[in-house]
Amino acid sequence: MSLIESLPRVRSLRWPRADGLVQWVVPLTIVVVWQAACASGFVSARVLPAPTDVASAGWKLLQSGELARNIWVSFWRASIGFLIGGGIGFAFGLANGLSQLSSKLTDTTLQMVRNIPHLALIPLVILWFGIDETAKLFLVALGVFFPIYLNTLHGIRTVDPQLIEMGRIYGMGDGELFRRVIFPGALPSIFVGVRFALGIMWLTLIVAETIAASSGLGYMAMQAREFMQIDVVVLSILIYALLGKLADSASRVLERLTLSWHPAFQKH
Amino acid sequence: MQEALRFRLPDAEPVKRADFIEQARLARRGSEAVSRGLPLTIRGLRKSFGTNEVLRGIDLHIPAGQFVAIVGRSGCGKSTLLRLIAGLETIDAGSISLGGEAREEDVRVMFQEPRLLPWARVLSNVEVGLGRDRASSDAQARAERALAEVGLDDKRGQWPAVLSGGQKQRVALARALVSHPRILAFDEPLGALDALTRVSMQRLLERVWHDQAFTAILVTHDVSEAVALADRVLVIEDGRIAHDIHVDIARPRRRGSVDLAELEGSILQNLLDGADDTSDL
Repeated sequence: MSLIESLPRVRSLRWPRADGLVQWVVPLTIVVVWQAACASGFVSARVLPAPTDVASAGWKLLQSGELARNIWVSFWRASIGFLIGGGIGFAFGLANGLSQLSSKLTDTTLQMVRNIPHLALIPLVILWFGIDETAKLFLVALGVFFPIYLNTLHGIRTVDPQLIEMGRIYGMGDGELFRRVIFPGALPSIFVGVRFALGIMWLTLIVAETIAASSGLGYMAMQAREFMQIDVVVLSILIYALLGKLADSASRVLERLTLSWHPAFQKH
Repeated sequence: MQEALRFRLPDAEPVKRADFIEQARLARRGSEAVSRGLPLTIRGLRKSFGTNEVLRGIDLHIPAGQFVAIVGRSGCGKSTLLRLIAGLETIDAGSISLGGEAREEDVRVMFQEPRLLPWARVLSNVEVGLGRDRASSDAQARAERALAEVGLDDKRGQWPAVLSGGQKQRVALARALVSHPRILAFDEPLGALDALTRVSMQRLLERVWHDQAFTAILVTHDVSEAVALADRVLVIEDGRIAHDIHVDIARPRRRGSVDLAELEGSILQNLLDGADDTSDL
């Protein structure tokens, strides 16, 4: 008994600190190897600039304010597009998960639209909206919509019917049943949708900014290509990786806060 | 609010529920037991699922406070009968009447699965059982009392996921008890527990039934459990009550005593005969 009780405690003492460091071992190793390969001349600076060159390019752009401005613009587009698309997807997921009528009315249509690669709409979107903000927001929102819609719907449909019956027996009305049983039951699945959507959000934004934009990180990378500034191109790609990681971490923190009851999130 | 907490006794002033329970306890300590359970009368009850007629005319009267066990082979309709009593299915024909004015909170069911909300702490899971009184100011205190009754007051802040199977089932029992039901229906509540936990849960069930004096209806496939706990064992075969056996063995009953074993043997024999021979015995 005492051994079993002590096991999780031993782990919880060790892990939190190590966890933060262990995950950075691989990226740091890659950077070190990369620097060594460039410094030794094994990789030409025209193919791949050294991390130090990328860092100095980043420093210059940071000083001119260009980098911060472009990151801010991209971040803003990503968030607004995510909120719009995610909000609509969540609403449809709720409606179709809770109402047979709504599901019959819209699910088939949504499934058809889902099968169109949303990036295929870029030519149409440019014709409709030109290259202003609406075009990017539209594409991001469309891309984010489906994972959130599908996972919200799936989450609600797979809530344990025995728990719903229990709620009814104990006199819960529709509102209370939703708040206390259905929504918390669907939440883990909704978070899966959010994390998928975050990936799609960046992908869509990068493509849209690369093709049709006059600001943002994708635009910065395309401009750099025009002037053969390969260090800036690599810098943009690295920033995408960091932003993606940041978004994922944010959703994990949110998951941990709201799903603390879940066995997977206990005793860490 | 005050009105909802009152209920009328024959020849008695309306009494507050808490006072009344205390009275019932005191009375039980004496020789005469006053029951606060509800009587139950079933007439000509039928239920079909599609073309499959599960219950083919059940007539049954259960006096207030009685502990009735319903046994039978799988698919005999015993669980359906319980779900009908609990109002979880609609009646095809016949009637079920609960004596007096039964409130929603007066009938509670406990299932084989604990059905706890995994995202609610133990205490709030018990509070769910209060029904419409969930929002009242003494909800937490009542939930705490119910948890103490099943011996789990130290687990109030835990997530259900960390509890053992027996503990989860005790939380489910506390949730069923917290509204002080007058009929408590059990659908194989101990079916998923290991043998030792089962025995201690059986004792707990018997104790709370004794203390709170509700009418208990226990559906089980375990005949030894039925004879150990019940005043009366109903054997259901082919959607009808085939045997109605009164268990006149004094409590507390000793597990494994000769009387219990003999009774269990004869009920099992009945069940097996019914299985071998389709004619009515």
